[in-house]
Amino acid sequence: MDFLHSILVKPFADMASAPDFLIQVLWEGMVSGVLYALIALGFVLIFKSSRIFNFAQGIMVVFAALTLVGLHERGVPALLAVPLTLVVMFFLAVGIERVVLRPLVNQPDIILFMATIGITLFLIGFGETIFGGENKRMITQELGIPTGSYIFEPFGGFVSIEQKDITAVIGAMVLVAGLLLFLNKSKMGRAIRALGDDHQAALSVGISLSTIWVLVWFIAGVIALVTGIAWGARAGVSFALEVIAYKALPVLMLGGLESVMGAIIGGLMIGVLEKLFEIYWGQPLLGGNTEVWFAYMLALLVLLFRPQGLFGEKIIERV
Amino acid sequence: MNAHPAIGPALGQPDASDDGIAKGEVLLKVDNVSLSFGGVKAITDISFDVRKGEIRAIIGPNGAGKTSMLNVVNGFYTPQQGTITFRGVERRAMKPHHAVRQGIARTFQNVALFKGMTTLENIMAGRSVHMHRNVFWQMLWHGPALKEEIEHREKVEEIIDFLEIEHIRRTPVGKLPYGLQKRVELGRALAMEPSLLLLDEPMAGMNLEEKEDMSRFIIDVNQQRGTTIALIEHDMGVVMDLSDRVVVLDYGKKIADGPPDEVKNDQAVIDAYLGVAH
Amino acid sequence: MLYRVAGQFKTSYEADYALFPVRQDAWLLAFILLLAFVVFPMTANEFVFRALLIPVLIYSLAALGLNILTGYAGQLSLGTGAFMGVGAYACYKLVTIFPEMNFVIALAISGLFSATVGMAFGLPSLRIKGFYLAIATLAAQFFLVWLFQKWAWLYNYNTSGAIQVPNIDMFGVTVAGPNATAIVQYYFVLAIVCAITFLAINITRGRIGRIWKSVRDMDIAAELVGINLMKAKLMAFFVSSYIVGIAGALFVFLWRGAAEAALFDIPLSFRVLFIAIIGGLGSILGNYLGAILIVALPVILSTVPRAFGLPISPSMVEHLNIMVVGALIITFLIVEPHGLARYWAIIREKLIIWPFPH
Repeated sequence: MDFLHSILVKPFADMASAPDFLIQVLWEGMVSGVLYALIALGFVLIFKSSRIFNFAQGIMVVFAALTLVGLHERGVPALLAVPLTLVVMFFLAVGIERVVLRPLVNQPDIILFMATIGITLFLIGFGETIFGGENKRMITQELGIPTGSYIFEPFGGFVSIEQKDITAVIGAMVLVAGLLLFLNKSKMGRAIRALGDDHQAALSVGISLSTIWVLVWFIAGVIALVTGIAWGARAGVSFALEVIAYKALPVLMLGGLESVMGAIIGGLMIGVLEKLFEIYWGQPLLGGNTEVWFAYMLALLVLLFRPQGLFGEKIIERV
Repeated sequence: MNAHPAIGPALGQPDASDDGIAKGEVLLKVDNVSLSFGGVKAITDISFDVRKGEIRAIIGPNGAGKTSMLNVVNGFYTPQQGTITFRGVERRAMKPHHAVRQGIARTFQNVALFKGMTTLENIMAGRSVHMHRNVFWQMLWHGPALKEEIEHREKVEEIIDFLEIEHIRRTPVGKLPYGLQKRVELGRALAMEPSLLLLDEPMAGMNLEEKEDMSRFIIDVNQQRGTTIALIEHDMGVVMDLSDRVVVLDYGKKIADGPPDEVKNDQAVIDAYLGVAH
Repeated sequence: MLYRVAGQFKTSYEADYALFPVRQDAWLLAFILLLAFVVFPMTANEFVFRALLIPVLIYSLAALGLNILTGYAGQLSLGTGAFMGVGAYACYKLVTIFPEMNFVIALAISGLFSATVGMAFGLPSLRIKGFYLAIATLAAQFFLVWLFQKWAWLYNYNTSGAIQVPNIDMFGVTVAGPNATAIVQYYFVLAIVCAITFLAINITRGRIGRIWKSVRDMDIAAELVGINLMKAKLMAFFVSSYIVGIAGALFVFLWRGAAEAALFDIPLSFRVLFIAIIGGLGSILGNYLGAILIVALPVILSTVPRAFGLPISPSMVEHLNIMVVGALIITFLIVEPHGLARYWAIIREKLIIWPFPH
């Protein structure tokens, strides 16, 4: 009885008794969720256009952030370091297309997936060899991102919202809006979507595979940089962040591999739910730190009932 | 094999499929089956039967629902309505591997072999249903597991001889030309010792010589082994020569059923193939 | 000439099923076993035992377990490290609760625990496939490592949160713990790895091996030739996790001597996966070749530059090691997706027909 009470009643009583704290928790969860969604979004783009399950997307976030901070450490002004990092991400995209993707065209999906695990490892080793393995501070102020916080007092309580988090959320929204506009309105964007619908058909109407792949991996790199800045501002920059990168995977399982909306909704859902679970169930009952597995277990549970994810399309098997 | 006494004895003996049904009796009966995917109706209210020992052809224009019909028969799809009666047992939903255990084997329109395995391994895989030594014997290998393996190898070698594919025994099937792959696939289906063999376009994409070979194999299987065969085929010459009875589908509906000569002259069939305004 | 097969005829199917249909293969194996059982123990020092021989054997075993699941049955797993952890923690609980139990029996039972857990996390494979399944195995990875940390009973409430291997005797000889000598541990690991390899070869070449390969090559067709997919997949998870669990117990008890939860985290899973990929998926031999490469690589990276007089820091070696392994994976996937084992097969084929090119 006590046990049931502690899992079914008490957490909700706690929520009701301190609504200001609940708001704080929801906000924190939402900010993480936005960033999960961003990582997942880079991934969906690559999957849609090339059928590659890019395990390295999370590591690209860390790599981009590390390059930015590393360049700044070497004396490059912050506002110049950003375009320089983008140049690095562009060459990374070109390199991956030339060295990895092109020779592996038409290989089974699972081989390509393992190749991206190879890319992940290479980027970790490469990044650490050049910039060192220690945790670095993100150059938040130098980039002109406000670092103060707003204090609200709803229900006679206390809620603190950091300005850099607000910046991150706004930045993410602008990025997503821009991306949707690009995908739906520009010629290149339509080509990317065509490629996602039918590879062969797209090739036969004269869409260049290499160009699209470089472009898509570059866009994924841009998304990675934005995510990296936002995340680095919260937690510092080092490859220890790769754990966060793994969060994008359950978001994808939940949202479906091909759905942009799925990635966004899945990201927000996981961000908020895992925070709620950690604060109200994890810490009091399970010894905390449940965030490392909660997203995966949730995704697994959903998949057992909907193998194609919440927003994926149902596949009819044929023989 | 003691777990499935109903499934026939060794290959090569006359009338392999000793399933308690006399030649000419109904082996498979399909009653009022309907199947749809979402809003798309693939099969509408189809009934027909297959008699023991005959070669039954299912024909119809592309998209008529022929392959879906086979998928329903061997349990891959579950029809929304209607029943399948096989060897006197009625059922609607079942797993494909249960259908195999009951004695239904099939080949596929697009060759569905295990590409990383050799011809020998592919056909041996077809014998999985008849092999029963458990994991522990398998781990020891010497003794009962090896004895079982050799027993079944002998049967597989018979099939390999029969289909004249001795020379490609150890070749990974992914490297074989299409015609030979189709033959290996037939071998794998035969290894299951089915009482009903479903062939989905066994001659698609073959040249004349290969078609003649395949026709001969089909007739031999039917006559020497007594295996009942239901096949889908687009080559009308082959269908008319091989089959005892033909069922014709169009847009998921049955439009004719009977001996080849009768069906050939049926007005509805001619319309379906030549096309008339509906 | 060395590998000439002409004149070796087989007159029965039994002879055709011999482990080494070609006589020279048996000679080669005898030579390798001679090296492993006699020459290495006589010549190796403490460092070679602990830094090369023992880890190579243990990693080979773990990779063998994963290879059965991924290379034979086609189910990609990213959670190997966690299943090794289950084996290690189960073995630790068994030897501390029943100190009298024979250590080999404790090992065998701890394998059952990891096999059961592995099978439970294999259940989703009945509904989901490919990448989705790979990610689902990450759920096992994160959840289990978290559990190793939070469930204090598992490590007997040690304040350090780590498990310490006690001294364990078998027939009067200390095989594990601080007092065990390297040579005894080497022989112990070698014997177990040889035995399991023998069983694994048998299981993969018979009916069950064929069933797994059918599921890997085309699961729908496998179902339509009468294979029960659920049984085949769960059995693959069971056997694979059993071997992986034993490898995990050996990993802690015969090599590391102590372990905390973080040891079983993702890097370990990846290391084992890479051994299997580089060695060759769907091959038994490949696991050994891959393990030799992955274990020896950091040693080479730290000694070679020094030999040329280049100073190289340990952390630099680690970074370089990660980078090189990543590059190797990509290279192998592009150049030879079947890994090192395929190279050996090609060399062997050339030797058989030597001196003729075809």
